[in-house]
Parts: sequence; structure tokens; C-alpha cells
Amino acid sequence: MIRNRLTGLGPPMVVGVAGLGLWEGIVWGFGIREFLLPRPSSIMDRLSENWPMLRQAGWETGRIAVSGLVAGIVAGVLLALVTTRFRTLNEGLTPLAVAVNATPIVALAPIFNAWFGITGTLSNQAVVVAIVFFPVFINTARGLTEVHPDELELMRSYAAGEWTILREVRIPNALPFFANALRVVAPLSVIAAIVAEYFGGPQNRIGNIITSSAAFARYDVAWAAIAVASAVGLGLFAAALLLERVSMPWRLVDGGSENHNTPGREK
Amino acid sequence: MSQPVASEVAVVVSGVHKVFNVDSADEVTALSDIDLTIGAGEFVSLIGPSGCGKSTLLRLIGDLLTPSVGEVTVFGKPAHAARLDQDYGMVFQHAGLFDWRRVAANIELPLELRGWSRVDRAARSAEMLELVRLPEFGGHYPRQLSGGMQQRVSIARALSFQPKLLLMDEPFGALDEMTREHMQLELLRIWRETGTTVVFVTHSVSESTFLSSRVVVLSARPGRIHSIVDVDLGDRTDDTREDPAFFAKATEVREALRGRGGAR
Ligand SMILES: Nc1ncnc2c1ncn2[C@@H]1O[C@H](COP(=O)(O)OP(=O)(O)OP(=O)(O)O)[C@@H](O)[C@H]1O
Ligand SMILES: [Mg+2]
Repeated sequence: MIRNRLTGLGPPMVVGVAGLGLWEGIVWGFGIREFLLPRPSSIMDRLSENWPMLRQAGWETGRIAVSGLVAGIVAGVLLALVTTRFRTLNEGLTPLAVAVNATPIVALAPIFNAWFGITGTLSNQAVVVAIVFFPVFINTARGLTEVHPDELELMRSYAAGEWTILREVRIPNALPFFANALRVVAPLSVIAAIVAEYFGGPQNRIGNIITSSAAFARYDVAWAAIAVASAVGLGLFAAALLLERVSMPWRLVDGGSENHNTPGREK
Repeated sequence: MSQPVASEVAVVVSGVHKVFNVDSADEVTALSDIDLTIGAGEFVSLIGPSGCGKSTLLRLIGDLLTPSVGEVTVFGKPAHAARLDQDYGMVFQHAGLFDWRRVAANIELPLELRGWSRVDRAARSAEMLELVRLPEFGGHYPRQLSGGMQQRVSIARALSFQPKLLLMDEPFGALDEMTREHMQLELLRIWRETGTTVVFVTHSVSESTFLSSRVVVLSARPGRIHSIVDVDLGDRTDDTREDPAFFAKATEVREALRGRGGAR
């Protein structure tokens, strides 16, 4: 299994390196000017030149993303648990959440600045929370409620109460749904943090390094900041995958009978 | 149509009708006029064409459904009270194992809910796995098992807490002939040793004849009791399957199934 994972990393690595090579070659071969599209090698140079600043910025933006991510997950899961308990609340809230989730929530960033202050990190974190909350809530609530009727019948035959059913059936049933949401929101939290930083918040974060570098036509520095942000996003995505693996060992085993109501398992 | 002599009564179904989706376009009368008394310690099979309401009757006894008319008593209590007292174990038509629990942990679930200690649970699930001939599979996840193996685990789960009443919905349907015959004998052994009452749904004439003391033959649309065949073949062994008396009874059940009121 582990070996499969590692060999699975091979092809994307090869394609990635080849892609960078192609990029380098095209920029060089066609003489594309560096401020339009810098070569990967010059991005690497800017990265190492500005490493202390970029590392610090990546760290700070990462903190915004992770703190907002955690808060959004906690809020989403808690509300999902509450709505599962009260069916009418669930029926009223879920369609609403689905609708809100379909709106461009990042557009709220400037408004959050007015609400939570433009100098602190709070308004940036609020954007991340707002982005993370809805997918987590919607998916977790689905996983908690879309339990196979046979499983509920079995628990009723044991005279199990709602609390026991929640613990023994609903929560394990919701784990794969939650994991799917996590895979989406983990990298999304970094995007949300950066977009929020475009509009305000403390200086020297990935977001405002990108905007100010671009303003001074230092696109190569902007690209270096984007590279750092990508690394942070990939790191969070990898953490989400890892969490998924350790929390659901039964999904790792090979087996023919795919469960009825759980979202597809990635191979 | 003899009713068991006054001794303790396990299940009484009286004047039961069950209608699904009342007052809507797809209203279905699943069962009508069901009267059935099952004595404690009896082994009763329900047989009838697909859709005649066998599973529905079993669910009514288990208080997983409530009758539209009539009432169901289990061990002298309303079915609802019996369910809350966890008086019965049920094997569903679909194995219904929890994906996230290993096989042994699935078997131990009802024991866990009854507050058994870890050690007792482990001992019992090992014993049950032995019984259903899956001793080496306790550590597997259900999805690593075939359908028939999963069904055996679900039987082990229902037997694990030795309920006074076993409700089984086509439990051996997914098993191969050899395993099925083995499980039939094991079930009869458990039934004799524990004195439990069994209500057993099946499609198979020979299975119902081999296992039961009475076979309840249902007819379809609406589901009614067509007739009840008493089967008195003494203690069953593998030889019973070749006994002329067994064939005679099986023929009687088959005739009843074909009788008027049979579906289609
Ligand atoms: N929950 C339900 N809602 C509506 N109709 C139902 C429901 N459960 C059963 N029925 C209907 O009741 C009738 C009896 O169903 P039931 O499952 O009891 O049949 P069965 O004898 O167990 O059939 P099979 O042998 O195929 O398992 C069928 O017509 C079915 O469509
Ligand atoms: Mg059925």
C-alpha cells in the first residue's frame, strides 16, 4: 500500500519536472520578456534572494489559513451535529447553506475589513472561516443524515438511543464525507487567505507581497511568493490526505463491496 | 393448525393489517388479517412468494414497523416494550455490517451496547466466529469478505447475545449448499441447546421443512396466511434430508404454496 503510494508519486513528478523544463525552454526559446513570464530558474533565484522575507510571509499567511481552517471546520462540524439532532433545522438550513456556498464569498473581503478592522489579521481570518465553513457544514451534515435505513433499523433493534446512533453510525458514516470536504477546503484556505490579504491586513504577507511586487513590476518576486503559497497549499492538502488515511483504516483495505452511500474512494 | 399448548407464549400477532403509504397513490396493503401465535421454544418458518409480506411481518414482530390495525405481543409485552428490553436478535435480509468495524467488532456491537467487558466480548466473538466457520476473519473488515461470509457474520452478531427470540430474514440465502446445510444444523443445535424461539423467513420449501416445527405459508396481494403446516420429524440430522417423511412434508408445504392465493 505504502509502496503503491510512493510509486504513484513517480508519474506526476516526471510530468512536473518536464513541465518546468518546457516552461523554461519556451520562455527562453521565444524570448518572452521576463516581466510577462519569468523563467522557473529566475523565480528560484528570487526565491533564494528573498528567502527570509518570503519564508516569514509564508509562515504568517499559513497561520491565517490554518487558524481560519480550524475555526471553520470546528464551526461547520458543530453546526452539522446540531442540525442532525433537529431535523427541521437541518431541512431549513442545508438548502440555504448550499445556496450561500455557491456565491463568491471572497467578494466579502473588503466588507470584512470594515467589520473586523483593516490592520489586524481578524478580517483575513474571517474570510477563511467563511470560505471553509460552508463545504464542511454541507458535507458533514449529509454524511450524518444519509445513513442507510438498514443500519438505523439494526440500531433500533438494539433499542439504541439517538446518542448511541450518533456515535456508532452517524459519525463514522460522515467521516468520508468530511474527508472529501477537507480535501477541498485545506488548499482553499490558502487561496482565501491570500485574496483577503490583497484587500488589507498587516504588511509582509504573501498576498500583499504579490500585489506590491506586481505594482513595482517585480513579477519575478510575485511569482516567487506564489511558489511559496503553492507549497503551503500543497502541504495542507497533504495533511488532509494523511488525516483521511489514519482516521479511516477500513477504506485502505482492498475489497470488492464498495459501500452504498459513501462518496467514492480515490484509488 | 394446532396452536402450541398453553405453555409460555413468545409471539402473538392478532388481527394485524399493514398498509404502506396510506392515502397516497402508491398505497400497498402488505399484510391483512394476520393471526399467529408462536409458542416459546418453537421454530417457525414463514414462506411465501416474493413481496407477500414476510419481511414486513418479521419487522412488525420486532417493532421496527407498527401495524396499521391489530397488535403484536412478544413475551406477553407489547412488541415495543420487548424491543426496548432487547428481547430479540434480528438477522436482516441484507447483512448490514458496519464498514468501519472489523468483523469481530461487528459481532461485539450488541454486547458493547449491553455493557459487556472487553474480555467477555472478545471471548464471545471468537466463539461465534468459530460457530459460523470464520475463525480467522475476526481482524478483517467486512468489505474484505464475500457476501455469504458477511451474512454469516451478521448471523453471529444476532446470536452473540443469545436472545430469547431470533428473527431471521432469509439468513442463508447467500450461502452455498454445503455451508447452508452446515449452518442449518448449527442453528438447530443452538435452538435446541438454548431453547430460543426462532421465526425464520425463507424462500426454500426444503429449508423450511427441514428446520421448522411449523411452516406458515403466506399468499400474496394482500399477504395473508394461507395455511400452517405442522412438521413433526423429530431431531433433524443430515439423514433427515433423505427421509421419505421429510419429502412427504416438503410436498405438503409445496402444495400449500401452490394452492389458491399463491401469487401470479
Ligand atoms: N417501507 C415500505 N414502504 C412501502 N411499501 C413497502 C415497504 N416495505 C414493504 N413494502 C411493500 O410491502 C409488500 C411486502 O414487502 P416485504 O418486503 O414484506 O415482502 P417479502 O415477502 O419479504 O418479499 P421478499 O421475499 O422479496 O423479500 C411489498 O409489496 C412491498 O412493496
Ligand atoms: Mg423480504
